[in-house]
Amino acid sequence: MKFGVVVFPGSNCDDDTVFALRYNLKQEVVKLWHKDHDLQGCDFVILPGGFSYGDYLRSGAIARFSPIMNEVVAHANRGGYVMGICNGFQIVCEAGLTPGVLLRNNGQKFISKNIYLKSQTPHSMLTAGLDPDRALKIPIAHAEGRYFADADTLKALNDNDQILFRYCDADGQMTDAANPNGSLENIAGVCNAHRNVFGMMPHPERAADAALGNTDGKLILEQLLAVLPASF
Amino acid sequence: MKFIAAIDVMPIKEILDPQGKAVMLGLGNLGIQQIDTVRIGKHISIQLDAADEAEARTKIETACSKLLANLIMEEYTFTLQAL
Repeated sequence: MKFGVVVFPGSNCDDDTVFALRYNLKQEVVKLWHKDHDLQGCDFVILPGGFSYGDYLRSGAIARFSPIMNEVVAHANRGGYVMGICNGFQIVCEAGLTPGVLLRNNGQKFISKNIYLKSQTPHSMLTAGLDPDRALKIPIAHAEGRYFADADTLKALNDNDQILFRYCDADGQMTDAANPNGSLENIAGVCNAHRNVFGMMPHPERAADAALGNTDGKLILEQLLAVLPASF
Repeated sequence: MKFIAAIDVMPIKEILDPQGKAVMLGLGNLGIQQIDTVRIGKHISIQLDAADEAEARTKIETACSKLLANLIMEEYTFTLQAL
């Protein structure tokens, strides 16, 4: 499988994501410049974390209109795989590829720390192979991570099993105290109705190398390989 | 013709506005009492060329609904003035 990591002005997790895919998962990966009009034959496009366009106006709002996003949206509409991590999640929400929006954290602060999350559904490529009872330790680093959707959308997300991850404590309890940012129903990640676009606020790519002392993120990223052949 | 649009983008009432809540506390500390709510949004000013007011209005509507406001979390209003 060939991965493409989009680089917007202000992206800052592009190199971490490329490293995790290339060295930890041994996959072919290219960077895609935001002004390009070509996905270079990538099967899987990742929008990385960062502060695209300085988070001006709203996080992800301006990046959504970068030239390459036309190709990314077309790829997603053809059934191609897209994943947004952190700022990338904000961008896929702004582009309408995943439902909902990310609001400023209820505590107003930028939060950078390890949190725990649990897989919520066996019905997505990203979570199918994860142990639903295991709390995974993954870092978050965001100021706008409070997941919000209107009541109808939230009901549809639950009814269609589109919620990928919820915040929990180290014991796997999904309590209010374990919700770092005020997200509705502790939601940390969702997918679209066709289950080919994924978005999550936590950073699995920052926990994918043994040298970092935490490889729970690698467990998540490895799911992307489970159903498709490796490229080499 | 030149027009100037004065656009206000506000968080919708259903969602918590933590900035507004923090400012409300500050206003209380300043000694200003009996404040019911504080909501904080954005004011955007755009100067543009258009053949007539209808065209200017269409352009600003598109700008607001596609980029300046995210209708899941915000609502917008604007006024248009010919220069």
